[in-house]
Amino acid sequence: MSGTILRRLLSMLPVMGVVAICVFLLLHLAPGDPASIIAGENATPENIARIREQLGLDQPVWKQFLVWIAAMLHGDLGTSLFWGDTVLSLIGQRAEPTVSLALTTLAVAVFLAIAIGVLAASHAGTWIDRLVMGFAVLGFSVPVFVVGYLLIFVFAVNLKWLPVQGYSPLAEGLLPWLRNLVLPSVALGMAYVALIARITRTTMLDVLAEDYMRTARAKGVATRAMLFRHALKNAAVPIATVVGNGVALLIGGVVITETVFNIPGIGRLVVDAIARRDYPIIQGVIMVFSGVYVLVNLLVDLSYTLFDPRVRG
Amino acid sequence: MAEPVLAVEDLRTHFFTQDGVTRAVDGLNFTVGAGETLGIVGESGCGKSVTALSVMRLLPAGLGRTVGGKVLFGGRDLLQLDEAQMRRIRGDRIAMIFQEPMTSLNPVLSVGEQIAESVMIHQGKTKAEAWARAAEMLALVRIADAERRVKDYPHQFSGGMRQRVMIAIALSCHPQLLIADEPTTALDVTIQAQILKLMIELKSRIGAAILLITHDLGVVAETCQRVVVMYAGRKVEEASVLDLFDRPLHPYTRGLMASIPRHRRAGPPPRRLQEIPGIVPNLRDPIAGCAFAPRCPLATARCTAEAPSLRSAGTHSVACWEVTP
Amino acid sequence: MTRLRRFARRNPTIVIGAVLLAVVTVLAVAAPLVAGDPMLLKPEDRLMPPGARYWLGTDHLGRDIYARTVFGARISLVVGLSVAVLSVAIGLGIGLAAGYWRRVDALVMRFMDGMMAIPAILLAIALVSLNKASVGIVIIAITIPEVPRVVRLVRAVVLTVREMPYIEAAVSGGSRGLKIVLRHILPSTVAPLIVQATYITASAILIEAGLSFLGAGVPPEIPTWGNMIAQSRLFVVRAPWTIFAPGTALALVILAVNLVGDGLRDFLDVRLARRM
Repeated sequence: MSGTILRRLLSMLPVMGVVAICVFLLLHLAPGDPASIIAGENATPENIARIREQLGLDQPVWKQFLVWIAAMLHGDLGTSLFWGDTVLSLIGQRAEPTVSLALTTLAVAVFLAIAIGVLAASHAGTWIDRLVMGFAVLGFSVPVFVVGYLLIFVFAVNLKWLPVQGYSPLAEGLLPWLRNLVLPSVALGMAYVALIARITRTTMLDVLAEDYMRTARAKGVATRAMLFRHALKNAAVPIATVVGNGVALLIGGVVITETVFNIPGIGRLVVDAIARRDYPIIQGVIMVFSGVYVLVNLLVDLSYTLFDPRVRG
Repeated sequence: MAEPVLAVEDLRTHFFTQDGVTRAVDGLNFTVGAGETLGIVGESGCGKSVTALSVMRLLPAGLGRTVGGKVLFGGRDLLQLDEAQMRRIRGDRIAMIFQEPMTSLNPVLSVGEQIAESVMIHQGKTKAEAWARAAEMLALVRIADAERRVKDYPHQFSGGMRQRVMIAIALSCHPQLLIADEPTTALDVTIQAQILKLMIELKSRIGAAILLITHDLGVVAETCQRVVVMYAGRKVEEASVLDLFDRPLHPYTRGLMASIPRHRRAGPPPRRLQEIPGIVPNLRDPIAGCAFAPRCPLATARCTAEAPSLRSAGTHSVACWEVTP
Repeated sequence: MTRLRRFARRNPTIVIGAVLLAVVTVLAVAAPLVAGDPMLLKPEDRLMPPGARYWLGTDHLGRDIYARTVFGARISLVVGLSVAVLSVAIGLGIGLAAGYWRRVDALVMRFMDGMMAIPAILLAIALVSLNKASVGIVIIAITIPEVPRVVRLVRAVVLTVREMPYIEAAVSGGSRGLKIVLRHILPSTVAPLIVQATYITASAILIEAGLSFLGAGVPPEIPTWGNMIAQSRLFVVRAPWTIFAPGTALALVILAVNLVGDGLRDFLDVRLARRM
């Protein structure tokens, strides 16, 4: 078992290598001189030269690439042009709000989505099913920031139930932390819930039509045990796959959600970096977020063995 | 005859689709005596499997519905029970095994869990007791090394072994009635005989009756005491197995017999295998006369106009104008 | 006519979505005829709520939100369609090659795995931040992360189809390489690609709006729904209509595309196409 995990961890390396190559190519295939674009329109030649040197753009391309890869392997994501700090330390400082937001959303969304997906499948063709499916299409269609402002307007501004914006660190109390996370999590999780609820419903419908479900009924198994004990476990692999792939939605959504709700997390760090053209930060966050995505999907892969004895081999 | 375990009276099950109503079972009567093995034979589409599902009330929801008749089991009409009461009967008093051993077991639950589940639901046993019972049942259906294999999953068993597991599940609560829907059709011929033998042996050990659904008269000959021949949702002939093979009356039954390959029958030397011309009628349109008339060599004008009623002599009954019981 | 009606009754989502999209497209094309000047500043009319003079109110610079919303549809549609066409074309080429020629397959697919790992919106942010903001750059930036999804889909189709007996028959009949791909495999990719293209359109409109909202999209002076919302952010409490007009338009258009996509998916019986 630990051998498998190790092998899979190693298989992350080539994927992350490709990510690193893509990010490197982005900078170097861009038309024009990246240094002068990053420096902005009113930059002095000295400014541009300084940026060029800082990014190593004055070196030959192959050397730049080797330096970049070597730095990556040492966990060095570069230095912010604006802050002067290392990108890794900046990300570290901003990690708590982002991790709080992403993890609470992930946990609540997966639980909720599977519940309503199973509900829809077990009531296929009824108004419950149509309601869930309608919500699912809507969930894909309304952008995070539109949902976000709608929630702010209704629940924070008009009803005054929850804070409008901002973040309260966990160290300052569980309740304020939670109160600040409710609206952002709902906005962020909407599309993710829709995605998982849909795959849950589709897969469950397939499973419910299987012969072994009839066998279970013929044994006198009660409805709830039929759904959760017999069917859901069979549907688990496709659902887990989408839970993993869908993390991309959360990662992309975090950047927007943090902007809408003014949360000082990693997403905000990137958005601020856009205006300042602080390219090392953008690069570094891409690397970290891609790494998280790959890692989550690795865990999902490993989870298959929990659900399906046939892949245990 | 003693009080039957199961008495089906005037059973009518219809399927409701966009294109109309299909009368899959249309006024069927039969009984299964205690400890008896009754065979229901007929071609695919004659309503024999629907009959089994109607008794178990396992028809596909929203599609098929039993619209009339009674299914008397232990003095109660199963059609009148609510779902919770019916659940207590399924798997406990009436158990069922299906045609497809490869797909009828849940692939993500170990066979032990699947056997133990029935025992836990119906007999309120603890998990440990139920697992012990599962191993016992597995040994009973002659799976070698049962103690160890209870923890295995269905994909680790062959088709024939999976059908043994199905039998173990079905018999785990000592039901009074076992419904077997084409239990050997999907298996190799050599395995078929073993499974049938096992079913019959275990049935007499626990004193269950069997309702065996099959298209194969050979299987009936080897296992059943009595036979009901079904055609187009109705019973066309009923007799003891000996009687039926000795003296098949209905032209359809005779057709079925003529289409059995020679090596399975005793009798005169090989001749050409017969097939019954034509196809099963469309059950969506009401049938005025005898449903078999269009394919029947004996059919007369009366047959297409008027449905023959069942006439019997002793225990042998037949629904045909042209033969006498 | 009756056939059309029957189609509509069996596929209501396609029809509802298509009608919505048609309306939006007509409005977008005829924008100068049906709406006023989206750029006109009237500081004296700033933050006017919806009313008789301004159907949907005005923003903080006194610009007509109705006009800006109608003109905003143009960018969304252009970006959505361009990204769909480009990514399908590029992805189809790469996918056919990868699926058919085993030698390039492993390399290409590892590369696609890596690209799929990069969050689309961040990849786009990086691209846009390295270039001067323009609609073209935004289209390219959104296309790149969509390509791997198309490649995977096409490759999956090719791998299924190439095992079919009729391909073997074609091979033994003397057809080779390119001819087999074009004559026998390409047609099987059409249905899933149509569905995938609608999903890509929806996702591209969504990402474009997100990029504009974050200030990494088309230049702020161009009226797009994302830009409108970004510029009205500070006024959500005082003038919610400045956000909800473009927000509703955005949601409706994406909903329409998604409805068409889901409808087509059922109608064409495509299982391979997917959103993620």
